[in-house]
Amino acid sequence: MIDIKTIHSTAITLMEKAAIDIPDDYLQAIRKTTEREKNELPRFVLKVMLDNYDAATEDRRAMCGDTGIPRWYVKMGNEARVQGGPIALEEALRQATADATDSIPLRPNRVHPLWRTDHNNNIGIQSPEIEYAYEPEGEWIDLITVHKGGLFGTDYRMLFPSDGIQGIKRFYLDSLVAFGKRGLSCQPAIIGIGLGGSKDACMVHGKRAACLRTVGDRNPDPKIAELEQELTEAGNSIGMGAMGFVGSSMVIDTHIEVGYCHTGGMQMSVHAFCLSSRRACARIFADGRVEYRTDPRWFTPYMRRETIGWPKTESLTQSG
Amino acid sequence: MAEDGILNTVRLGTNPDRADLEPLKIGDVVYLSGVIYTGREGVYMRVVEDGAALPLDLPAVSAVNFHCSPAAAERAAGEYDVSAVTATASFRFSKWLGDWFDVSGAKLIIGKGGMSPEDYKQHFVPNDAVYLTTVGYGTGALLGRGVKRVKEVHWLEELGIAQAMWVLEVEAFGPFLVESDLQGNSLFERENERIAARLPEVYAGTKPAVLKRFGETDDRGDELI
Repeated sequence: MIDIKTIHSTAITLMEKAAIDIPDDYLQAIRKTTEREKNELPRFVLKVMLDNYDAATEDRRAMCGDTGIPRWYVKMGNEARVQGGPIALEEALRQATADATDSIPLRPNRVHPLWRTDHNNNIGIQSPEIEYAYEPEGEWIDLITVHKGGLFGTDYRMLFPSDGIQGIKRFYLDSLVAFGKRGLSCQPAIIGIGLGGSKDACMVHGKRAACLRTVGDRNPDPKIAELEQELTEAGNSIGMGAMGFVGSSMVIDTHIEVGYCHTGGMQMSVHAFCLSSRRACARIFADGRVEYRTDPRWFTPYMRRETIGWPKTESLTQSG
Repeated sequence: MAEDGILNTVRLGTNPDRADLEPLKIGDVVYLSGVIYTGREGVYMRVVEDGAALPLDLPAVSAVNFHCSPAAAERAAGEYDVSAVTATASFRFSKWLGDWFDVSGAKLIIGKGGMSPEDYKQHFVPNDAVYLTTVGYGTGALLGRGVKRVKEVHWLEELGIAQAMWVLEVEAFGPFLVESDLQGNSLFERENERIAARLPEVYAGTKPAVLKRFGETDDRGDELI
């Protein structure tokens, strides 16, 4: 049984880590990008951002004043049981979100879309979103928080098989050029691409691709992995860098996630994570241990399974 | 901006006169010391549309309007912790800006992403005002360090933390980049033009999507704002 108090306290710590500490994979990549950037204006921007990460960690201040819209991804091993059940879990995550909004502090960004009501705690109708996934084995729960910005850098388009890879490339470039001007998408960023599913699922796949994979991680399909690298190079060849200044610092990495879709279509979504790429994760075990990390490890072979069973059960079926 | 790779740095007060702003060139780095206030759609609607009286003496107290909501929390009655501050995109405030300049006498607008060339010509140039863009975006911690004290906060109850009018004492607050100077030149526009020139080459080999969208443009020089 996983203790509900541990879930609450771990969730508060995760909110702090996400808001304040730049994930190491992203930091190393920004350093390399800064070295490669030849143009003075975007280079200046990147150097100031590196100073900002240091200042945030030293002072325990949020990296960015727009602390995004906190969201939770929860994954459970099949044997995990939470004290009080899923209702207690959701209450603990909502409570932790409100507590951390005040203690860090975060900006209370969440308001009613029409009445602009602000509870000053990032809690409201349908917020924070909590998404769930499961793994076949284990008595643990993974808590992942992502504080993504909410206004620019994301787009969706219904493409068709006849649009082909060139169509994907064009919409990718369109999204980067359109939102990259004046730096609206806070580039250089990790770009997530969703392909397939349906319109809503495509947006989910793309957002998870941007927020739940680390720099350098490649899709297990070798051809998709190749496309990820090709698109990153294409993005950095636009001639645009940080803040939309002439340069090459546009894309830190590209991650593609696919979902089977309607036979006639090829949905595509593009999502730019930001210069602060705020994510933090922890695994809580039934014995009370908590292990913090920055890699969400969300996309496992089980998550990307292609048949009724997953690889383990599939092999059993096939042997019979 | 010097072409040899060293950006010019300027330090300014928060009630500058024309002579202070004249030397500023697009791409210069600016740090501010004095008093600034936040103001965005909540404040603009209240003052410009609803005709509410300004809760402080502008521009005497400050001529610097920051398009921002701080990450702030109340610690005790009237005591606030402003930890990180970052600008929000300014283009959305265009419709209120002309009236806002009349009421506030602002000389410096700080925000994210600049405004349109038309806004600079119509509103900034006639008011001897300069637009400074934040850097990054998202130097929230560095800017937070520059905030020395919350001097006052107005309309906290009515507008909430994110939209309230925060009056902040700042020191070496920055860095910012001069996006638009007194002549209405724009750094972003200059960079956009240079980038647009190469775009046909970048798009070579791609063709428009099979399914079009209303209002679609193939002019990559166009902007979304």
